[in-house]
Amino acid sequence: MRKVLEVSRLSKIYGPGCPSCIEKTGPEYETNICPDCNSVVAAHDMSFDLYQGEILGIMGESGSGKSTAVKCLFFDQEPTSGSATFYDQGQTHSLFDLNKAQQRRLSNHRFGMVYQNPHLGLNFDITAGGNIAERLLMSGLDHYGDIRERAIELLARTEVLTQRMDELPRNFSGGMQQRVQIAKALATNPPLLFLDEVTTGLDLSVQAAILDLILEIQQQEKTSMIVVTHDLGVIRLLADRTLVMKYGRVIESGLTDQILEDPQHAYTQRLVASAL
Amino acid sequence: MSSQQQFGFLDEHAKKEIRRTALKAVAIPGYQVPYSSREMPMGRGFGTGGLQLTLALIGKGETLKVIDQGADDSVNAVNLRDFIQMTCPGIDTTSFTEEADLIQSRHRIPEKPLREDQLLVLQVPYPDALVIVESSEAKRKVLHGEADYSRLLVKLYEDIVKFKEITIAHRYPTRINNHYVIDPSPIPRWDVPKLHNSKALTLLGAGREKKIYAVPPYTQAIPLAFEDMPFRVENFDDENGQRRACERCGCTDSFLDEYIDSETGNKIYRCSDSDWCEEQMGFPRSDTADYLPETTVTNVKSSKELVNA
Repeated sequence: MRKVLEVSRLSKIYGPGCPSCIEKTGPEYETNICPDCNSVVAAHDMSFDLYQGEILGIMGESGSGKSTAVKCLFFDQEPTSGSATFYDQGQTHSLFDLNKAQQRRLSNHRFGMVYQNPHLGLNFDITAGGNIAERLLMSGLDHYGDIRERAIELLARTEVLTQRMDELPRNFSGGMQQRVQIAKALATNPPLLFLDEVTTGLDLSVQAAILDLILEIQQQEKTSMIVVTHDLGVIRLLADRTLVMKYGRVIESGLTDQILEDPQHAYTQRLVASAL
Repeated sequence: MSSQQQFGFLDEHAKKEIRRTALKAVAIPGYQVPYSSREMPMGRGFGTGGLQLTLALIGKGETLKVIDQGADDSVNAVNLRDFIQMTCPGIDTTSFTEEADLIQSRHRIPEKPLREDQLLVLQVPYPDALVIVESSEAKRKVLHGEADYSRLLVKLYEDIVKFKEITIAHRYPTRINNHYVIDPSPIPRWDVPKLHNSKALTLLGAGREKKIYAVPPYTQAIPLAFEDMPFRVENFDDENGQRRACERCGCTDSFLDEYIDSETGNKIYRCSDSDWCEEQMGFPRSDTADYLPETTVTNVKSSKELVNA
């Protein structure tokens, strides 16, 4: 299997930071706020690999740092330390050593991001088709007919009624908005997709349909994905491997089945017991 | 004018700065170079950007033409011309495009093709084409730097979706030398192709926004469009598909203004470029400094009268 992403010792600290930040936070202390300098250790010492076509789940409660990790990788935020290497088309990119322009290029062309809140991923002032067109135009396509065709193809793929492609996303239901967001993320055929709580807040039948769609995309396009969620059901259905996070630390990692059937850490045990 | 007053109104340091800014603008085609726009004895938005360029660049013995909406005799043009003449003793003024060394203009580029030894100064109210899609200047600078104009193209895409064509009538975003997209000032689409590989240097000055940028001679100026939805200029065909002609001079290949005839209430069309119109009508082209031709055809009202009617 081909490696797509290698993350090593990724950390993100909000605030000035001090030598005791790391020592005095984490699950043992039940906090991620440093008692000395009040910095927030959002994520510390995260390392993982991701292979082609694999879905990695990151699970944890609110504030455990799972979204922070993904935001750093998508360049929404700058990590405090650590490195990440992206292997793409025979090239190796050291993500945090790139300049801003190169980072934007990668996130526009080779990554896709689907946010929990469609407002973050979509421009609500332009049509659903226009939102997809934006990403296609960024990649240099300048043929109106081709852009239309590709947008229709993507919306059909994500089961949005193509007759509604010229409507504003605000007229759509939450599930539809999420589908448009996924279509937009897929526009450039990215090899790596980040999904941040994509099904949170949707009703159960819509959740199931979106999860089906994600699995279908993974199987057909061999897209690698990082799925961030607090929902054990989503993890069970999607993720091949899972990281469990608490207070900014990875407390457990391994095959999803293993973690759900035989959790080792007390927190994971409680989580699994309460949910299932 | 008192003898103490500077030639060109501005002090020498200001002129030097504007010239340096203009040089930088020429060196980086389409890039908006910031400069410290000076206070002028007229409101910002009345062409102070163009005026400062003109004052910094014109010299004794050179000939100036000032146009506003294509006409040499409209209020803004007359006032600017008077001011420049007053503060730059020793310059000549003209209304004949071919006689001018420097042409300051608002809203139009002369119909007559410009030469290498001529200089066009355009007054610009809004220099940044990206302002309609991004309100933060810091972010716009990044987008310009990376030549990322996808959001402008999305605006064009949305236009085609809604109206089946691109609806930008003036200030059409135009890509200079394959990188920066400029707002070419409020010239109609008709004039945009004149910037492409133009023989004359075009300098654009925005006084209120404190920016100067340039389209150097023989430089690509390509309006943004899609491969299968090409840029097109204004269409002056009538309902029968016939190209309308100017009702004064009969010209069928100039940009036309639409007026309402005050007596009949009918629409009439005339050349927007008054100098071009008069040349087509066979008015004498003399090299007198008298910038307004005295003669007018007797049975035709001047465009000003028609507007005021």
